[in-house]
Amino acid sequence: MNPDEPLQVWLVIGCVALVTLALRFSFVLLLDRLTVPDWFRRSLRFVPAAVLSALIWPAVLGGGSELELSLGNERLIAGILAAGAAWWSRNAMITLSVGMGSLWIVRALLPS
Amino acid sequence: MVASQRSVLLGLRAVLPIQLGVVPFGVISGVAAVGEGFSADVGLGLSLLIYAGASQLATIQLLSTSAAFLTILLTTLMINLRFVMYSASLAPHLQHLPLHWRCLAAYLLTDPAYALSLAHYDLRQPPPQEKVGYYLGTALGVWLGWQISTAVGVLVGRQVPREWSLEFTIPLMFLSVVVPTIKDRPTLGAALTAGILAVAAADLPFNFGLILASVVGIGLGTLWEGGEREPG
Repeated sequence: MNPDEPLQVWLVIGCVALVTLALRFSFVLLLDRLTVPDWFRRSLRFVPAAVLSALIWPAVLGGGSELELSLGNERLIAGILAAGAAWWSRNAMITLSVGMGSLWIVRALLPS
Repeated sequence: MVASQRSVLLGLRAVLPIQLGVVPFGVISGVAAVGEGFSADVGLGLSLLIYAGASQLATIQLLSTSAAFLTILLTTLMINLRFVMYSASLAPHLQHLPLHWRCLAAYLLTDPAYALSLAHYDLRQPPPQEKVGYYLGTALGVWLGWQISTAVGVLVGRQVPREWSLEFTIPLMFLSVVVPTIKDRPTLGAALTAGILAVAAADLPFNFGLILASVVGIGLGTLWEGGEREPG
């Protein structure tokens, strides 16, 4: 998918919206015709941790194209500090501030 | 009458403290869309059409890395799968409603609306009209908070130069959502496995590594938790 093609972008958004709507509608429209299996419920617990982690770290390490595992990678440093802030504060605003703040500071200190 | 006015107002009021969490997330959704170079109407459209924070951010991130269409859909499916559970829990309380009202109720379904309403039903055991009213109140409150803060985020984001890398707020937002949920070893295992695998498999075509890492992480967590529940 090409992000510079508005038509493709809207197509994706539309399909994502339909998928999400279908999930929201599932029981509300189908009522008692479905039952939720036990394994589904148990697996659901791990979905955020797995899926979001799979999204976070490639983005932190490379921003989409090549991966840089060097310690000079400002995003890696900011990401680790933000993870620590998230762990300690459990607060989104603090995590965001620490993350963005350290990104800008490291960037200013290590010109490359 | 579908819903009592009093219960709608009760719901709207109940959601006020929750706005402290909704508004920053909504602002970031707007900021991140513009930060990745998307236009204002895309930023607003994401919130109006998809209306789900984590999957909005994931969609923005995956679009900007030119991910495959199927990957984006599968990721959305996984992130928003919890809405099936919410739908299942909420449906019995709304089943008397005509179809168009159920459609509206379904579109407005979000984590806070679900949590607040189910808690209220459990506590107060209200009659059907009050159940509907309370849910609509909470759901509308969240919706308004989200749409307005997205618009604010889009406006603010447009004033900020690209060099500030506002798109980095996406992984940061994910971190703030995930880290507090890691309360036991299976969940930690799921997160670490998925994270490491996603990085290792990042070069797979169609961003397939993302799906693979997610599925392996979920599977590992489920099996580990199942193993811990076994006696002996």
